[in-house]
Amino acid sequence: MGLKTFPGGVHSHDNKEYSRSAAIEPMPIPAKVYVHLSQHIGAPAKAIVKPGDEVLAGQKIAEAGGFVSIPMHAPISGKVTKIASYPHPAGTTGTAIEITGDGEDKWVELTDDSGYGCLEVDEMKKRISEAGICGMGGAGFPTHVKLSPPADKPIDTVILNGVECEPYLTADYRLMLEQPEAILEGLKLIMKIVGAKQGVIGIEANKPDCIKLLRNLTADDAAIRIDALKLKYPQGAEKQLIYACTKRKVPNKGGLPMAVGVVVQNVGTAIAVYEAIRYQKPLIKRVITVSGKIVKNPKNIKARIGTLYSELLDFCGGTTEDISKIISGGPMMGFAISDLDTPMVKGSSGLLLFNKKEAAKDAEHTCVRCGLCVEVCPMNLIPSLIVKNAKYQDWDLVEKYGVMDCMKCGSCSFICPAQIKLIQWIDIGKLEVGKRMRARTQLGKA
Amino acid sequence: MINNLKVSAAPHLKARNMTVSAIMWQVVLAMVPAMLAAIFFFGIRSLALTAYAVVAAVLTEYIIQKLRGVPVTISDGSAVVTGILLAFNINVASPWWLPVIGSVFAIAIGKQVFGGLGHNLFNPALLGRAFLLASWPSLVTAHWTKTQPAFSMMFKSINGLNLSSLQNVPEAITSATPLAAVKSVRELAETNPDLAQQVMDRMASLDTISQLFIGNIGGVIGEVSALALLIGAAYMAFRYIISWRIPMSYILTVFLLTFAFGGLGGLFSASILLPFYHIFSGGLILGAFFMATDMVTSPVTKRGMLIFGIGAGVLTAVIRLWGGYPEGVSYSILLMNCCVPLIDRWTAPKPFGEVRK
Repeated sequence: MGLKTFPGGVHSHDNKEYSRSAAIEPMPIPAKVYVHLSQHIGAPAKAIVKPGDEVLAGQKIAEAGGFVSIPMHAPISGKVTKIASYPHPAGTTGTAIEITGDGEDKWVELTDDSGYGCLEVDEMKKRISEAGICGMGGAGFPTHVKLSPPADKPIDTVILNGVECEPYLTADYRLMLEQPEAILEGLKLIMKIVGAKQGVIGIEANKPDCIKLLRNLTADDAAIRIDALKLKYPQGAEKQLIYACTKRKVPNKGGLPMAVGVVVQNVGTAIAVYEAIRYQKPLIKRVITVSGKIVKNPKNIKARIGTLYSELLDFCGGTTEDISKIISGGPMMGFAISDLDTPMVKGSSGLLLFNKKEAAKDAEHTCVRCGLCVEVCPMNLIPSLIVKNAKYQDWDLVEKYGVMDCMKCGSCSFICPAQIKLIQWIDIGKLEVGKRMRARTQLGKA
Repeated sequence: MINNLKVSAAPHLKARNMTVSAIMWQVVLAMVPAMLAAIFFFGIRSLALTAYAVVAAVLTEYIIQKLRGVPVTISDGSAVVTGILLAFNINVASPWWLPVIGSVFAIAIGKQVFGGLGHNLFNPALLGRAFLLASWPSLVTAHWTKTQPAFSMMFKSINGLNLSSLQNVPEAITSATPLAAVKSVRELAETNPDLAQQVMDRMASLDTISQLFIGNIGGVIGEVSALALLIGAAYMAFRYIISWRIPMSYILTVFLLTFAFGGLGGLFSASILLPFYHIFSGGLILGAFFMATDMVTSPVTKRGMLIFGIGAGVLTAVIRLWGGYPEGVSYSILLMNCCVPLIDRWTAPKPFGEVRK
């Protein structure tokens, strides 16, 4: 049977066995949470509470800082105790609101709008933006923006991303198994919002149970299709997923899926959309996979946003060996962070712990021109050439060879026999070329 | 607070067993069948010559790296690969010092002068062979018959005619390598077309080709058995060490050109079996799978690999059919090595989603 896929990519052991069979487990309410104001792409949210204020779970504590931004809500009930700088899961630091819980978990009143499916599109979008939803697959783009394409870009297909191609992660897998109805409701709502006739859920072939379950549930719905995709990384990258499901190629140099009539949302985001429209429930919980060979009881945990990674790990019984690396997100694109006391954000899909052996990296060798990076690059670039020129600081060539088209999936670094840290150099190249591109636009304006 | 934490750029996973030295040692492993075949057909001396070459290559690398004050990397296996390939490119009757000098040249001039592994423009082993061929041509190519009479036996008589008794049959036919026979038969065609055609038919027979395939022929140490080489090549392809692009485009090009121009009666007059004679004789299989695929000296782009293979194929066929040497594989690959930077520049792929203008 031919499975749909994209050109390039790498095969990696998926390491999902640690947490695959662990049903989603709600975590007890933490004593304190830390809600970052920047959990998404776009302007940071603006705090509308001050230390000393009492808040209910689900109450808005920060408003969107612009159109491309999202509001934040209190994940627990209690008192705002501090607004200060805290470690961020992206390896940086940022301003966060600290809430000390009262242990009672008192919520704002939620509605149950039985006629939710017949709401005006504008009302649906308003509820999504009020709920503070951003993409939950990792990048964190505000969802209401993604669902507001300009009128000249008609959307005919909504694709839900159930690929979860990052090794170790099983949060989306568990969601598809445990809440398939909510995912399908979310998909239908998103289709309605963007006016798409067709809905597709793309799932990697290593989750046959999800594929079967969702196919059964949609057997008599001609508008929704479940695509089984080949087990290959980065199958879940947006452009690669669109190509696998529709054979359409999103234009490079900053092209967006809407250019080919497609909107992509993560399956977890679809559930958040459904809950926001039906119950006007803000996004204050998410499922996160805590895994790794050294984690005592790897789990898929439903936790409040702002919970510290250290508490998530404690909930899993800690580790059996010394920790050498903490990874926030998946092992291919996630961030290695230096502090376990980092609060999770809306895009936190995983927390991985590696021991010394797993964290070890070999010394860099000179490039032997094997061409494997070219072979695997899903964006059809020549990673070795970009990196070579980045080392020589020839930013013109770095730009010419398409550094800005790179999505940093990490396939080249993964495969490189010379252990060259290609993504690290490409990151430097992106920074420099980005600076020069901005300078050029400024010159053009002046 | 946790001590000794590592932070680094993503990705945090690495492909297993994907290191330069793992690749090189797997190439060594892939050459074992060909080595065994050489010992079987040529005797234990072929192993001894290979050992001299390997020791010389590794020692040269060690000394030069010590002199340059750079880390010694002899354990990465790349010098071993060069040594074996160099030995595979000489005749088993060569004196012991020939592979030694070839290896020293290959490593010193072919590789370390450029800055070591990854920086060299030419395949070091082929450069070593070219050096030996230019310096001691008779030692590299002569005395085939001493080691392997089986092939010439096949041409002793054709249709009951004792070839060696005929005056105008060049001696090459009765005593040469399969590719020298190609040259001779083309010369013979000018004076005695009928006989040349008969010899040609004999060459392009299943009988001859199966002998070539198994390795019952004269030649240099490594090229003797196409079968053994293909076993090694299949292993490398299975382990993603070589891609199919260079060997396939190379061999297919030689196939098409020898089929089109290899016949004695003009365009497309050759038997369909003649291209197989060309493919399984000489160094084509060795060159296409083990030397043209050398990572450092071949293109990195997919289209570039195809162009490299086709270019080497054209050059090989031209040299074999019309050139002064019987065999053209090594020079073809060396010539294409020079073009690699240009090929890579020309064949940069279009990024995924590039809008056509």
